[in-house]
Amino acid sequence: MVRKMLTGNAAAAWGARLANIDYVPAFPITPQTEIIESLAEWFADGTLSGKFVTMDSEHSMITAAGAAATTGVRTFTATSSQGLIYAMEALYTVSGWRVPFVLVNVSRGLSSPITLGPDHNDVLAARDTGFIQIHVETCQEVLDSVLMAFRIAEDSRVSLPTLVNLDGFFLSFTREPVEMPDADLVQKFLPTFRPHHPVFKGTQSVAQGVAVLDGAAYSYFRYQMHRAVENALEVHEEVAEEFYRLFGRRYGVLEEYRMEDAEIVLVMAGSFSTKGKAAVNRWREQGRKVGLVRLRVIRPQPAAALARLLTGRKAVGVIDQNISPGLGGILYQEVAGTVASARERPPVMRSFIGGLGGKDISQAEFDRVLEVLDEAKPGDGPVPCELLFTDAEYQQVRTALSVAGKPLGGKAP
Amino acid sequence: MKVKGEFFKSPKDIPQEEELSSGAPLCAGCGGLTTLRLVHKVLGEKVVIVNAAGCMTLMATYPYSPIRSSWLYTTMGSVAAGAQGIRDALDIRRAKGELQEQDDMKVLVLAGDGSTYDMGLSATSAAIHRGLDFWYLCYDNEAYGNTGFQMSSSSPFASRTTTSPIGKEEPEGTFQEKKDMFEIWRAQKPPYIATVSSHEVVDLAEKVHRSLAMKGPKLFLALAVCPTGWGFDPRMGDELAHLAIKTGVWPLKEAVGGVVRHTVIPSRFLPVEEYLRPQLRFRHLFEPKPHTQALQAIQQRVDHYWDQVRKVEGGIKPTKLKEGKH
Repeated sequence: MVRKMLTGNAAAAWGARLANIDYVPAFPITPQTEIIESLAEWFADGTLSGKFVTMDSEHSMITAAGAAATTGVRTFTATSSQGLIYAMEALYTVSGWRVPFVLVNVSRGLSSPITLGPDHNDVLAARDTGFIQIHVETCQEVLDSVLMAFRIAEDSRVSLPTLVNLDGFFLSFTREPVEMPDADLVQKFLPTFRPHHPVFKGTQSVAQGVAVLDGAAYSYFRYQMHRAVENALEVHEEVAEEFYRLFGRRYGVLEEYRMEDAEIVLVMAGSFSTKGKAAVNRWREQGRKVGLVRLRVIRPQPAAALARLLTGRKAVGVIDQNISPGLGGILYQEVAGTVASARERPPVMRSFIGGLGGKDISQAEFDRVLEVLDEAKPGDGPVPCELLFTDAEYQQVRTALSVAGKPLGGKAP
Repeated sequence: MKVKGEFFKSPKDIPQEEELSSGAPLCAGCGGLTTLRLVHKVLGEKVVIVNAAGCMTLMATYPYSPIRSSWLYTTMGSVAAGAQGIRDALDIRRAKGELQEQDDMKVLVLAGDGSTYDMGLSATSAAIHRGLDFWYLCYDNEAYGNTGFQMSSSSPFASRTTTSPIGKEEPEGTFQEKKDMFEIWRAQKPPYIATVSSHEVVDLAEKVHRSLAMKGPKLFLALAVCPTGWGFDPRMGDELAHLAIKTGVWPLKEAVGGVVRHTVIPSRFLPVEEYLRPQLRFRHLFEPKPHTQALQAIQQRVDHYWDQVRKVEGGIKPTKLKEGKH
């Protein structure tokens, strides 16, 4: 077994390399750029064959990726933040072509104000595009998920682009030990791409992306896409099983952490789940029955599995690393909606916002979450989301505002 | 003067095979459709048309398509990137031995002026920069036709569109000058650029044929007469396309490796009014009273253009203006 110290970006690039991709249309953006730089090097030195092409924008990049996948080559690309948003029209367009490729998104807060640290407003803006979405927590999971993503995307029951999301900085630039899957085993797990869809070639006539002007036919195709995304749940389970058999690492659509007897449950996604798990461990040492559910496959939403894990618990707190201004946490809405019709749904559900733009979620903030969940009474909602922020951070912002000539009145708490 | 064709002497030489069937749901008299039909005849059947949002997007309307070749609708702003993805994938599959020679295809971008001159220009410029081997056909009807004729950066000076209407503050309608797309492309030194017209079919076929042997980006900029947008009887379409040439408004030319030559030069130029007057979009230049200043400005621009051509290429007779027209 070979282990390497890899950043999340390097792990993503290695995933693509092991998947033996044919084509990479690329465009640089922080904190993703290292991925395409690594791939560019491997195409340049002949490690990878096919083509790497630097595009003029993410909008063009996604269009080229979809068009190449339509023509029948294994395609990979990566972006982040503004890039994903810039590509938004193309994301919807290419998923409608019902062709597989893999897109890695390195999460980063959205402008404006422009920032570099991670949060999930970028990737969740793409949640309705028809892309399968997998959110990862570690560098190992980055590499493994890229391989799994190709399998899921290329399965004829799905045939859709698949997005793997990792957090900027916390994963993209952080080195972790990563077990390198054996190339021969990868070839077994992910054989050469044989497209199921009709591809462009001179001896057959194919019309892709044609206008559909009547609502019935349009609805039919949209429903069909919905079903295909749903199919990815079943496909994920099969792929995960095979992945476990070959490589010994098991991934669920959700990850349960110390959930066996948990009365209180935190729900999180991405690399900050590691912080959540640390809080759970600390509370467990104090004798508290707390567990954590990490949302890994976000599209399709594993509704049944989620409901199974959350029903019967006393309280559920969803920590969203994103904000829908005027509403609150996006994933809270999804989780609450999912369990709304379940028997024995948790009597207390609360929404917390934290970690925006890479802001830390400190021990004190996790303790505040637990305090809120402890004190909440069934039926005392609806309660607005809680915005996590520490005194020290407030002080820091006060100082910055003073420097900017806009001091806040009153005293700091 | 017409440059003598090497491959096509008369319309009879143009392939009989039709790549487009009848029944396309486009407007009667659409110059863009005629142009596509002719271009496609010369390119042959093995073509994948990559389409940008525009009038032609409605040609393939589920479950029908009048095209014998293949079709991919992309977006308005990234059509050339779609062409890139297909071309690259075809090349990769050829190199891997997954695709035989007879399965290779020509990649043809089909875009209107809205996409070509405005939203898609960045993606197209990038494709030219990358030396993408493709054909680009712009059916230029000088406005956003599919949405009801709004101004694009191809709309000519003093044309009326629904977003550059005539009013006392804006007596000309469109006060901007049409972008020179031919020169914008030429600045990037692609192997072949041509303007074409649905009226000059031999010239058009000849140009497409000349481009077949060339690798890289190849532009065909077609003035697409547009009965609904320009406001004329569809029966007049071919006559109007002819008038655009005879007045010198739409010069037919090509640039091979950047060197320009004009391929059809009227023996005697008609005044621009002959072309403008039949079109509703220019009616305000004639009624209720002649807008002399604008008409003169248009004529002067056309004259100036040909004066410059004359200096470089020579052999072109000066414009004969009928007296009292301006």
